[in-house]
Amino acid sequence: MNKKSMKGWLYLLPAILFLGCFMVYPLIDVLVYSFEEGYNSASQTYLGVGLYNYSYVLRDPYFLQAVKNTFILVIITVPLSTGIALLISLGLNAIKPLRNLYQTVYFLPYVTNTLAVGLVFMILFKKTAYTDGLINLMIQWFGGQSVDFIDGPYWAKMFVLCFYTIWVVMPFKILILTSALASVNPEYYSAARMDGTRSFRIFYKITLPMISPMIFYLVITGFIGAFKAYSDAVALFGTDLNAAGMNTIVGYVYDMLYGNSGGYPSFASAAALILFAIVLTITCINLLISKKNVQY
Amino acid sequence: MKVVLKNLTKRFPSRTKNGADVIAVNNFDFEIPDGKLIGLLGPSGCGKSTTLNLICGLEPPTSGQIFFGDDDVTRLPPENRGVGLVFQNYALYPHLTVLENIMFPLQNLKGPEKMTKPAMREKAMTAAKLVQIDTLLERKPSELSGGQQQRVAIARALVKTPRVLLMDEPLSNLDARLRLQTREEIRRIQQETGVTTIFVTHDQDEAMSISDMIVVMKDGVVQQIGAPQEVYDNPVNLFVSMFLGTPPINVFDGKVENEKLYIGSEAVLSVPGVKDQPVSAAIRPEGFVLDENGPFTLNLSRVEVMGRDTSVVSTHPASRNVTVRSIIPARNKVDRSARTVRFSLLPDKVFLFDVDDDLRLPFVVE
Repeated sequence: MNKKSMKGWLYLLPAILFLGCFMVYPLIDVLVYSFEEGYNSASQTYLGVGLYNYSYVLRDPYFLQAVKNTFILVIITVPLSTGIALLISLGLNAIKPLRNLYQTVYFLPYVTNTLAVGLVFMILFKKTAYTDGLINLMIQWFGGQSVDFIDGPYWAKMFVLCFYTIWVVMPFKILILTSALASVNPEYYSAARMDGTRSFRIFYKITLPMISPMIFYLVITGFIGAFKAYSDAVALFGTDLNAAGMNTIVGYVYDMLYGNSGGYPSFASAAALILFAIVLTITCINLLISKKNVQY
Repeated sequence: MKVVLKNLTKRFPSRTKNGADVIAVNNFDFEIPDGKLIGLLGPSGCGKSTTLNLICGLEPPTSGQIFFGDDDVTRLPPENRGVGLVFQNYALYPHLTVLENIMFPLQNLKGPEKMTKPAMREKAMTAAKLVQIDTLLERKPSELSGGQQQRVAIARALVKTPRVLLMDEPLSNLDARLRLQTREEIRRIQQETGVTTIFVTHDQDEAMSISDMIVVMKDGVVQQIGAPQEVYDNPVNLFVSMFLGTPPINVFDGKVENEKLYIGSEAVLSVPGVKDQPVSAAIRPEGFVLDENGPFTLNLSRVEVMGRDTSVVSTHPASRNVTVRSIIPARNKVDRSARTVRFSLLPDKVFLFDVDDDLRLPFVVE
């Protein structure tokens, strides 16, 4: 090792130590726990080594419910939020007066606390003994049947969760997409105008390919973020998510560690690794698709 | 197709509340003959690019009219004018291949003009062959050199066989060697297609070398229109004389007395027909002739040898430039140790301008 690379390693040392202690070591630990059957964190003992933790978790109806919830959330919110964010960004890009005002308004959810927003959503959607909630009142005005969105049927609860998630992730996507749109060289649009390109074709053939790297970035981070959803569900439905039937995979991991059914680090580790495998697979597929479609 | 500009004016509203409007193009009146290559020339900010945008329809004029042949195209959108535009930075779509870029304008055609895929391909190939990039069709613009990108941009502008081809600073992004080559190329393509071509440049060499006519602009106002040599030999005002020519023309504070031009205390040239008055005297570098008994004495600074000819750099108290540069044939030897150098002047290379309005004061050349 020569002097120069010594220096390099020295500069990297703090980061390596930090990451090693707080990321690499716990990751390995989780992997080990997930194979240790009946691990007890108080006595640091376990009964045996094997795949029992995985088979238990995969057969646990709570876990299967959590997986189902998470997948529905991902499949609905990622495309919808990206699509709506793109529409709003195109609109923002097209207007001149009040653009800054609108940009600020659309950005507000980003700086608002998750739990505070959850509270607001509760007030909007929850049915109590005194009131049906604002949304239900509106549904009744239009002659519909009121629905209990917080404690009612599954589809209603899922609707609120998806609505909430989209609302929360939108600002960041709008921020990224508006700057991506603004960075497209206006000469391309002039060139397209010279040829009389119709506006849909300009969007489809020029704008979209130009901002495609940013769209794929948003889709990939969107998938990862949605798979890791937990606090949103807690903000809406409280901590006992299994009872509400609205648990997510991360929520299941948390419950296994600390919840009512807590004290099972082995099961939690196995569930966490299953989540890791899912996210890794999806991200790899995403990257493969994006390599094919983002070409410059 | 001849292009007629009638009293064309473009006014941009001021950015500040009480500021004056910016008049980018002021009353442009010009008829461009069919099949000619026209150079729009001027310093940056003189309105030449705006003129181009008005002709191609990307900007509407504030007043005035534009005719292509007998058609009034002033209110037509760009795609219905039949113009091709080559952008300064080419504006090639980076995600499309060369062929797709050239075909893009054709794919926008609709109605009766709509073309089949093989027909589009064939037309694109013809355009690509014309600019000699038919071997690069599958490449992306990022895989091409600057000169090749330029050719693709020209092919894209030509693929719809426009009535008028417009180019915005076509050579500004190329290095010196490529620039020479490309301007020949532009000339060749223009002559092969016979399309009326207008190009914008701030480089007078570029404009002079390939244009049939040049239009010199300043602050939105056309200064002079004519064949390059004619404009160079007969500038109408001080600005035009200073803008054309490398090295630039030498300007002196002088005066005319008894039909003689005085620079400093020396009577350097007889200028019949000019009445007594102070003048700006502009002398082209090639207007100096080395002459031991010449009437014009300059303080010699240095001699630069350029091979074909020699550049004599000197100073004079009445010169408006820091140095006076004269170009003499290399066979004429200058005594480099001397303090001064003496010249006589070629009368057709000396221009006199009024000191107030900078207009040319003609005199009789014997």
